[in-house]
Amino acid sequence: MLTYQVQPKGAVSPGINTCQGCMIDVIFRNVLDVMGPDTVLVIPPGCAAQFSGCGPEASVTVPGIQGNLENSAAIASGIANGFRHQGNDHTQVVVIAGDGGTVDIGLQSLSGAMERNEDIIYICYDNEAYMNTGVQGSSSTPFAASTTTTPAGKPVNAKDLISIVMAHRVPYAATASVADIFDLRRKVQKAKETKGCRVIHIMSPCPTGWGYPSAKTVEVAREAVRCGAWVLMEYENGAIKLGRKPEELGQPQKYFALQKRFCGAGEEEIAKMGAFLTERYEYLEKLAQL
Amino acid sequence: MQQNTPMNTPSKRRVLGPCSHVLVAANTGSWRLERPEVDAELCVRCGTCARYCPTACITVHKEGDPLDFDWNYCKGCGICANECPKQALTMVPEGGDD
Repeated sequence: MLTYQVQPKGAVSPGINTCQGCMIDVIFRNVLDVMGPDTVLVIPPGCAAQFSGCGPEASVTVPGIQGNLENSAAIASGIANGFRHQGNDHTQVVVIAGDGGTVDIGLQSLSGAMERNEDIIYICYDNEAYMNTGVQGSSSTPFAASTTTTPAGKPVNAKDLISIVMAHRVPYAATASVADIFDLRRKVQKAKETKGCRVIHIMSPCPTGWGYPSAKTVEVAREAVRCGAWVLMEYENGAIKLGRKPEELGQPQKYFALQKRFCGAGEEEIAKMGAFLTERYEYLEKLAQL
Repeated sequence: MQQNTPMNTPSKRRVLGPCSHVLVAANTGSWRLERPEVDAELCVRCGTCARYCPTACITVHKEGDPLDFDWNYCKGCGICANECPKQALTMVPEGGDD
């Protein structure tokens, strides 16, 4: 049983050692608010591990387990199947993993869970590098972004997680951003009401790793949506639904200028990135018309 | 609340490994270098600041003083002031001018 030393805000403790300006608290609070107390969390190591507790100290009021980086989807599948075997078909198993635990290391177990269509919700909060261990580049790091392992800017582009997820033909998948909390809550609610393997990919800018003042987290996330660096979309029953069209599609100048990690990107890189963003959005638009 | 459905679970359970069972909070308010200050004239009580506040330390009141901050947990990140549509919030250095 949980002993309360403080009054939680929603289902989350009010004081958590996440960085100044990090929106992961907001993601946890809104996800757990929508999911309700009948939820089990699976959290791999990463920034989200702040929420899975340290020694006897817990940070969330719902039960959870901290697994390993590579098997969070497998652990969640096991828990969900255990519940179903006991006749419990109401408890939702939610994985909240970072981009390293999803796009790099945990991709095989997520792929297996999606293939078997396990009854889990997989949420990836994407800060586009291994922020918790000191900003190492992940396969979610975009082109031209500087990290400690790609100091001159990443030479290649990021993996397209949502396309990988859609290729598994899951019942529900979506991308969301911390810039639009209502949209995020609506997508989590929709995922809650669907059965099967559901995946939500949430962009969460990182003031420490991306190099911008902590006050600008939401502004950076909004700029990413405006230039098409982050496309808001939903995938449901084989059909793609795109969000509002980005106002400045393919013009990431403002988005790049906000962050120190893109300070090495010149005209050429910006033009290349812009062309890629336009091309990707047009491809998704064509898919949405099918 | 947890729904009451019959389950065949063993009456005795063993806990393997460390188990977090005390809900605690770190005093993140001690990190603060700047503090948000609200202009009650400009504030329209829309709740945008409370929605984006990472620590959920802002309470919006319908009457009287528009905003209440929980200074034990406010990290002073400034997202509230940056996102305020009416620019009613300003960040002032903690500790005053002297």
